[in-house]
Amino acid sequence: MATEHTSIQTTCFHCGEDCGNHPIEAYDKHFCCEGCKSVYEILNNTGMCDYYTISQNPGNSQKIKVRENKFAFLDDESVQKALTVFKDNNQTHVTFYLPHMHCSSCLWLIENLHRLNKNIISSKVNFSRKEADIVFNHNHTSMRKVAELLTSIGYEPYISLQNLNQLKPRINYSKIYKLGVAGFCFANIMMLSFPEYLGIDDKDYNLTYWFRYLSLLLSLPVVFYSATEFYNSAFKSLKHKYLNIDTPIVLAIWVTFIRSIIEIVTNTGSGYLDSMSGIVFFMLVGRILQDKTYEQLNFDRDYTAYFPIAVSRIKNNKEETVTLPNIQLNDTLLIHHSELIPADGILTKGKALIDYSFVTGESMPVEIQMGEMIYAGGKQLGSNIELLVIKEVAQSYLTKLWNRSAFKKKEHKNEHSFVDALSRYFTYIVFAIATIAAAYWQFHNPEKLWQAVTAVLIVACPCALLLSNTFTNGAIIRRLGRNNFYLRNANTIETIAKVNYIVFDKTGTLTTGRYDQIEYDGIPLSQTLKEKLATLTAQSTHPLSKSIVQWLQVSGNRKIDGYKEIPGKGIEGMVEDEWLTIGTQEFVLKRKEVIDNTSTVYLGVEGKLVGKFIFKNAYRPGLRGLAKQLQKKYPLAVLSGDNAGEKNFLQSLLGFHSVTLFHQKPNDKLQFIEQLQNKGYTVMMIGDGLNDAGALQQANVGIAVSENSNNFTPASDVIIDATQLHRLPAFIQLAKANKKIIFIAFAVSILYNIIGLYFAVQGVLSPLIAAVLMPASTISIVFITYGLSNLYAKQLKLQ
Amino acid sequence: MSVIIVLLIASISVAAIFLFAFLWSVKNGQYKDEISPPVRILFDDATPTVQQQPTEEKNTNE
Repeated sequence: MATEHTSIQTTCFHCGEDCGNHPIEAYDKHFCCEGCKSVYEILNNTGMCDYYTISQNPGNSQKIKVRENKFAFLDDESVQKALTVFKDNNQTHVTFYLPHMHCSSCLWLIENLHRLNKNIISSKVNFSRKEADIVFNHNHTSMRKVAELLTSIGYEPYISLQNLNQLKPRINYSKIYKLGVAGFCFANIMMLSFPEYLGIDDKDYNLTYWFRYLSLLLSLPVVFYSATEFYNSAFKSLKHKYLNIDTPIVLAIWVTFIRSIIEIVTNTGSGYLDSMSGIVFFMLVGRILQDKTYEQLNFDRDYTAYFPIAVSRIKNNKEETVTLPNIQLNDTLLIHHSELIPADGILTKGKALIDYSFVTGESMPVEIQMGEMIYAGGKQLGSNIELLVIKEVAQSYLTKLWNRSAFKKKEHKNEHSFVDALSRYFTYIVFAIATIAAAYWQFHNPEKLWQAVTAVLIVACPCALLLSNTFTNGAIIRRLGRNNFYLRNANTIETIAKVNYIVFDKTGTLTTGRYDQIEYDGIPLSQTLKEKLATLTAQSTHPLSKSIVQWLQVSGNRKIDGYKEIPGKGIEGMVEDEWLTIGTQEFVLKRKEVIDNTSTVYLGVEGKLVGKFIFKNAYRPGLRGLAKQLQKKYPLAVLSGDNAGEKNFLQSLLGFHSVTLFHQKPNDKLQFIEQLQNKGYTVMMIGDGLNDAGALQQANVGIAVSENSNNFTPASDVIIDATQLHRLPAFIQLAKANKKIIFIAFAVSILYNIIGLYFAVQGVLSPLIAAVLMPASTISIVFITYGLSNLYAKQLKLQ
Repeated sequence: MSVIIVLLIASISVAAIFLFAFLWSVKNGQYKDEISPPVRILFDDATPTVQQQPTEEKNTNE
């Protein structure tokens, strides 16, 4: 009866995924799996079907079941303590990271948790961080139960070793406060300045005293609080004997401030307090725009974000929970299916099939024999195994690698921006003009000297440059972010533009990391043979067997006898009347293996070779176009931890001048990049897993590829969505355009400066002129930067 | 003249109130999450809409 549904594509009522050939029908609805159905049942029974009316098919696919007892470690007190935010006699506050949260239905459901379990007092979602703050009564329920409830409705909390060690970084709001204060003072000072600009009656003249002193009062918070943002960096740069853009700006602020005080106190003028506070306000706006952060992304992940917080240990034949730092030598750990190996150890029990793709970039899982070493960072596929720890977590190969100093080197990244250099030239010119003006007035009218010099310094502060820079950076960062290319900070834009060597990782970066593509080479398979083959391969849990079953697309229900699986070799069995063997060349043909770099599985019938299955990495779409565009401008290299099976293909893809290296360990990758840098290259590294982490850090620009937003990426400068990888050339172009836009905006704003200088050198710069020039130049900068970055983005066909 | 002074003080105090309201809202975490509040406001208050259906036996095709 299942076949009736095959013609019409049914989507799961819960998660919206295709139900395939065998949808589960219940309650007049279709579900793709038992998991989705059970979530529906839970919600239906508690009257929470609103969940399905807020957004369509809001659920997450439940095809992959979460292991029972997975959250047993939450019963452990030290783990609880690490996760608890606050606790009193009745209540515990805990914050869970729920990566599956994605729509308003999710938000609604999680905030209504108390209807599913009355001992949950409240739950509040922070959607941008994908976190939920949950308050529950620990006398009647437990943290584990809360986690299990969340899991049962499809929102499995992600708890990692990082939760144990790190406090969440607090968002720093000081800039926003400073901006608020500056805005308040600026607006009021401007209002107080209007009467004088517009002319005030002589009889009301004593009012101006009020206005001026009030302005002075209002300017104090600007100078002594809001502008501190610039003092810090100016001071730091002076300490390093380096002039950055903030130094002349601070000078200008103080010259303006002191001159204004003197004018007001001596009753010779009203000063330039409005212009000064205005410019501080706009510069703060620019800084804030530029510091756009993506809260849902984390650019500083280390290995602890991948490691579990606790694992099961077997002690005196009893299973217990142990947190990672407490794992000791000679402990026996129980590793479940799809759990990460936390420490180096020796396999003592069970069948180990370890996926090291994350650590080494090898895409094939490795079978490990009893008594062999398993390294931390691998992921167990298949059934439970037991592991004797021979190195503690902190001593493991992976952890040590990570903690190596080379992996942390980052200083070279804080290269000085061209904007600082530009501002320096600008400052020299301004000083020259000021000196000339001073010399001129010294001879002609020494009384005007002070006025002229200070006015020059006020007008010619490079704030226009700072504004052009920060506004442009902000616009470009947002543009790129809209295209799922997320930058860690604004400096990265400039470095991307400078890159002249691009290095790719293979597994997980150029490929999807899965062996999706199978090529069959040999005698064509008959329908009966296909069915027999499916019967045999269905017995095995090996990923390659599973792929073959999928590829065959027939169901194997034949009789099978004498099935045997030899780890690392292959599987064999008598299917009805034929003896089938599938596995390595040696296993099938009973002769010594010829070295073969591809991932190939041989098929033998009655001891005779029939054909072979060649497994190919599925390359990301659009790669050919990407390679074509990039190889015109950059030397390219591919560093793969995998075998050399696809060397020829990669060479043809990336061009014959490209470097392709295989069997690269994490350290090799790092050193390759280091060598390039020693040759003077500015290197961009594009990678994914932990095996690229060192190289990503070492490279001038490290780009981490993420399959979906729930995925975890190693520390990097940029996070790119995997589907956008083919648009990398456009992103680089936009980063390059950044500098051009800054120059254009700056050039235009210099026109305003020249007008200002024209008055300033004559010593006749009135506060009104300054007050008109300042916002005029700011507004033109804003228009130019946003207009041009939109124009460039459109040209590059970016969103 | 005195009127202007009074107006001046009044206007600055009003502005100051808004400044403090702004600082308070930042401190209070209103800018922490800009996505959920606009969504949350659209949810109806708890009105359980139980879809009472006779518990048909599940006819799974497996």
